[in-house]
Amino acid sequence: MSLDSDRQLEAFRRMVRIRLFEEALIAHNPVGHLSIGHEAAIVGACMALRDDDYVTGTHRSHGHPIGKGAEIGPLMAEIFGRRTGICKGLGGSMHLTDARMGLICESAIVGGGFPLATGAGLSAQVRGTDQVSLCFFGDGATNQGTFGESINMAAIWKLPVIYFCENNGYAVTTPVATSHGQPDIARRADGFGIPGVAVDGQDVEAVHAVVAQAVARARQGEGPTLIEARTYRFDEHSNRLAIPIEYRSQDEIEYHRRERDPVALYRAVLCERGRQQECEAVENEVRETIDAAVASARESPEPEWADLWDNMYASPPGPEHARGDRK
Amino acid sequence: MTLANDTVRLSYLQAIVEAQREEMRRDENVILMGEDIAVYGAQSLFEEFDGTRLRNTPISENSFVGVGVGAALTGLRPIVDLTIASFCYLASDQLINQAAKLRFMTGGQLSVPLVVRTSTFYNNRTAAQHADRPYPLFMNTPGLKILAPATASDAKGMLKAAVRDDDPVVIFEDINLWNKKEDVPVDPDVLAPIGKALVRREGSDVTIVSVAGCLPHALKAAEVLAERGISAEVIDLRTIAPLDSETILNSVARTGRLIVADNSHKVGSVASEIAAMVCEEGFDTLRRPVRRVTAPQVHVPYNGTLEKQLFVTRDKIVSAVETLD
Repeated sequence: MSLDSDRQLEAFRRMVRIRLFEEALIAHNPVGHLSIGHEAAIVGACMALRDDDYVTGTHRSHGHPIGKGAEIGPLMAEIFGRRTGICKGLGGSMHLTDARMGLICESAIVGGGFPLATGAGLSAQVRGTDQVSLCFFGDGATNQGTFGESINMAAIWKLPVIYFCENNGYAVTTPVATSHGQPDIARRADGFGIPGVAVDGQDVEAVHAVVAQAVARARQGEGPTLIEARTYRFDEHSNRLAIPIEYRSQDEIEYHRRERDPVALYRAVLCERGRQQECEAVENEVRETIDAAVASARESPEPEWADLWDNMYASPPGPEHARGDRK
Repeated sequence: MTLANDTVRLSYLQAIVEAQREEMRRDENVILMGEDIAVYGAQSLFEEFDGTRLRNTPISENSFVGVGVGAALTGLRPIVDLTIASFCYLASDQLINQAAKLRFMTGGQLSVPLVVRTSTFYNNRTAAQHADRPYPLFMNTPGLKILAPATASDAKGMLKAAVRDDDPVVIFEDINLWNKKEDVPVDPDVLAPIGKALVRREGSDVTIVSVAGCLPHALKAAEVLAERGISAEVIDLRTIAPLDSETILNSVARTGRLIVADNSHKVGSVASEIAAMVCEEGFDTLRRPVRRVTAPQVHVPYNGTLEKQLFVTRDKIVSAVETLD
């Protein structure tokens, strides 16, 4: 279940896309929760999925659709709040949900995605398809009630769900060590009678391997798996957030940036395999894609007043909906 | 063979079970989930459908409602039985932050064809944590359709309409109506429309808008008032959101007087919203101030004698009408 040669380069492309997407935001539109540092965890997980598999994500949402292979332009336009954005400028940075790629929710309520991913797994089981559902969440989310409630339901019904923790060590500023009675998150799986696996979240091929195994299990009807990818957030919880204390040391941050950069680590692996030129071509191509997306987003129109009403209901409730206010 | 107008005598609760059975037969994507449904409420469905589409859930209200949302996002039409309306608070994050918002927040990419059924357990000596009528809280959430059927036919027809609707619908059933029997249409395609109030009794002197289980009391009040020479029009609201303002305003335009009977607590009640709407949009037609007949702003006591005094009755409605002279 390892990545073949083409898929290795595709994994690198998606990682670079996430990295440069986020760097463009720092330069041009500094809003949001960046996924820099999480690229290998996200892409390794997504590369183990099919296009028709479901994904739920978090407030740190940018990486998930990119990892799943979404088009960059509508994602960038969304962050700029434009009508051409994937969510028409109504969702924004914490909610980059591209339904065409199987994303059904990027929840800015921490832990909000657990039930939704579980429900998507239930849906696949009831409809008799072999789709799976992958739930991205952070270490902080494991302290929400929905974590245990949802995993328990997936366990008793053997639902095809992969619960994938991007453990970056901190819930905003609160360390795992001071907020988790069992800081070894993978071990929490024992409480639900399902497998729990920890993996180096900075190694994209290692992540892909464990997720691929969990996906195979899920497709065979053997139920859910909890995966803890140990990763690191290179930037602050969100752009522009004032951090009044030093909750993690500069040495720690510098160490991860220098020694544990997932994009640099994978680039080195690919170069060792003699693929430096291909990597450079990918980097140039992605840079052009991102630049074009920023330019296009800047020029795109803003959403209109009527869009607020037009996106509320699938079965519009008739003239009573927003009497007067709509005009 | 059944004819279009055939009916069968069913209780409100039986009508709900039949609606579920018919919709599950009609569409294999309809599933039913909830606590203890195998024992209470859906036993007979387990004889007809296998466990794949019927899920007895663990006691995890927020998550199993959210599981319903996730299933609705991905091709199913789940009916989630939330049993007792006070449990809505546990599930309110998934109902409000996910079910109600996901279509909007994704720019219309997704839809959430979810039905949440829940019963208001008041007048039943269950005390304050089981007895709430919390529909006004959810009326304040755009994106949710809120139904409150008051007859067996509506309990069936509105649930069926909700299952076929592409948006999240919350249905507040009323246990005080569970045993009320009525001739209910047999035709599985008879639906009660969402968003339409119904004039249950025509009148010319005063409009009584009845919310949810107030209907029997409002109709009895209209009879008493008729004996006293007052002609009351009774509107069964049926849908709390979206509100059928037109039916209410048209009636008040003829009667000039409005009473709203609503068993929720007075502050921020459905009655409050209707009163405000009529004052804004129909003030010129009002000949007297609007009156709300609601539960007062105290909790539901365990003591049955006290509890009964909290809720809407025939006599409270009659008294309220008499203050308008």
